[in-house]
Amino acid sequence: MSSIKIELRKEDVDKINEICDSFGNEQSELINVLHKTQEHFGYLPAEIQEAIASKLNIPVAQVYGVVTFYSFFTMTPKGRHPISICMGTACYVRGAEKVLDEFKKELSLQVGQTTPDGKFSLSSLRCVGACGLAPVVLIGEKTYGRVAPDDVQDILKEYQ
Amino acid sequence: MRGRMTMETIKLTIDNKQIEVEKGTTILGAARRMGIDIPTLCHMKLDDLNIENKPGGCRICVVEVQGRRNLSPACITKCDEGAVVRTHTPRVMNARRTVMEFILSDHPKDCLICPKSGNCELQNMAIRLGIREITGQEIAEMSTYRKDTSPSIIRDLDKCIMCRRCEMMCNEVQTVGALSAVNRGFMAVVAPAFEQNLEYSPCTYCGQCVAVCPTGALTEVDHTGDVLRAIADPSKTVVVQTAPAVRAALGEEFGMKPGSLVTGKLVSALKELGFDYVFDTDFAADLTIMEEGTELLARLGKFLNGDEDANIPILTSCCPGWVNFFEHNFPDLKDVPSTAKSPQQMFGAIAKSYFAGKINVSRKDMVVVSIMPCLAKKYESQRPEFSVDGNPDVDFSISTRELAHFIKQANIDFNNLPDADFDRPLGESTGAGVIFGNTGGVIEAAVRTAYELYTGKKLSRLDFDELRGMEGVRQATINFDGLPINIGIAHGLGNARKLLDDVRAGRSTFHAIEVMACPGGCIGGGGQPLHHGDSSILKARARAIYEEDKNKTIRVSHENPYIINLYKEFLGEPNSEKAHHLLHTHYFDKKAKIIVKQ
Repeated sequence: MSSIKIELRKEDVDKINEICDSFGNEQSELINVLHKTQEHFGYLPAEIQEAIASKLNIPVAQVYGVVTFYSFFTMTPKGRHPISICMGTACYVRGAEKVLDEFKKELSLQVGQTTPDGKFSLSSLRCVGACGLAPVVLIGEKTYGRVAPDDVQDILKEYQ
Repeated sequence: MRGRMTMETIKLTIDNKQIEVEKGTTILGAARRMGIDIPTLCHMKLDDLNIENKPGGCRICVVEVQGRRNLSPACITKCDEGAVVRTHTPRVMNARRTVMEFILSDHPKDCLICPKSGNCELQNMAIRLGIREITGQEIAEMSTYRKDTSPSIIRDLDKCIMCRRCEMMCNEVQTVGALSAVNRGFMAVVAPAFEQNLEYSPCTYCGQCVAVCPTGALTEVDHTGDVLRAIADPSKTVVVQTAPAVRAALGEEFGMKPGSLVTGKLVSALKELGFDYVFDTDFAADLTIMEEGTELLARLGKFLNGDEDANIPILTSCCPGWVNFFEHNFPDLKDVPSTAKSPQQMFGAIAKSYFAGKINVSRKDMVVVSIMPCLAKKYESQRPEFSVDGNPDVDFSISTRELAHFIKQANIDFNNLPDADFDRPLGESTGAGVIFGNTGGVIEAAVRTAYELYTGKKLSRLDFDELRGMEGVRQATINFDGLPINIGIAHGLGNARKLLDDVRAGRSTFHAIEVMACPGGCIGGGGQPLHHGDSSILKARARAIYEEDKNKTIRVSHENPYIINLYKEFLGEPNSEKAHHLLHTHYFDKKAKIIVKQ
């Protein structure tokens, strides 16, 4: 068995080290380090988790354990147009799941995935505070209200 | 006793009986002291070894504490003054049953063909609680996690109940960090980073995860089929070697009390199974002492002459879990351990050269099998550097547990077997070879020989009690006729890490350090009969090993007549060129690397 080799760009390593240093390289600051790192890179791929583990001197298995425990952390990059479907109670009872299924079908995506061209990513969230507009879909900064499954194709066309 | 008098105590009532316990005692601890056996599943405690798993996760041990609204888990709830605890009210028994049904609802029901069947803590709990049906079974989702097979260990996570004992052993005791709890809810498992196979993690194959797994989620790779095929092949000469710790534990698999020495029955059983030659790894342990002891004296001599390249301390290299550990974690120190191969591999190399020549059998027609208390030995035997033209020095390594299954399958009445003697020449060993199975044993064996070779004097006593015991890190200074030799001993890889950190920082004052990966040494190995959290079993095995040593007529390696003969006929001197070629090895840097792209 040969050892595992991870390749990273110098500026990325420097950034990770800078973030770890800013938290005093404390192992107990792992969650904060992951927050800052995801804020910078947009996601937390395996290579970056390896680099954080090495800098903070903790097993990478534990870093991965934390990343997979909290739904906020993601290992896949978000698309240029991140799609979020609200699955809060109000949206859910007004058919959000059917809307989500339609997005999944149209984009051939599962929740948490990104299209191969990096254009769209799909996620679900709990309540955006616009229950009067249920069901609600967010794409980037833009909000769509009272979305029906039939609207999905038209919405996606806006991003052609 | 004075400490006891001033200790703060607490009085409480459990199941209508009063007890007074030390402050900080858990309800479980207090109940056990009274002989009340509250059932537990995730909890595991090895007294004297400072090992305890109590995530309070499984909820099997819940009890009713008067005044508390909810039931409390006994394993993590501390006793309060005046508390009234009940461990078997209808409410408690009902809750316990419900918890068990939840645990079983997504657990595979293939007990008949599970490798853990008959020795499974989950199965035993289902029997104890009298579970006959599982509410909601029809609608329960089943886990379908892929199986992971490594050279030593199989992970079948559908059978994982998230007790997290393996995670505790891997991280807290061994500080290996290969395993962690990942994901959440139904998808939660214990896995290496990125849910890779174990092979791509820093796993050392020490097997301590397997040793504590209550279910069939973690088991060893079974090689008994390969061994049976080799025995059945008339063109093969099958040679078996058996490690010291096996004889002190195998009897447990046949209902004998822990600490029963079964050396003679073990030899009989191996002959009955059809092995052509039954030899002893202890012989190779004696050989290891000759090579490692000579290396120690050479390096020590240099050191005393002020040579800066003397490379002191010398570290033992018998334990393959330990070798994997320093290759992954301390590759910068890979010149510090002795270059001597482990006894298993020395045996294989000698069997397939010296012994094969003696009986006129070609290398390819000889199969070497080892019986080991260890799972890392499986991986070690498959290292490419331990083979010649693709033919391994040791073909198959099977654990004490696998051997027990093999014996049962062969209709052998183990308990009533007569004693038999090992074959010669590779079956003759000394007391020094036997104690390799205990923590402190390798270095004690090395001291016996190094002392006599260095001073030219006979030792007046052979029992070095100062090197024995169960403390995780021990140290002693042995007087080599005016020259004080500082010795360090660590068992458990987390303890080894402490000594290695000192060596790396230049703080170590030891001349020689012995490391064994498993708590207690090989007697507590990952391939031994399961201790199910009872550390008195490990202590009984350790006593048996020292007893075997005492019973031997020769107790120092360099007086083994067959070792003397091996050097005379074949190897020349210890550390000779031929000895180096056959009996020494080198180590690799296996640390994960981050390569910076410019």
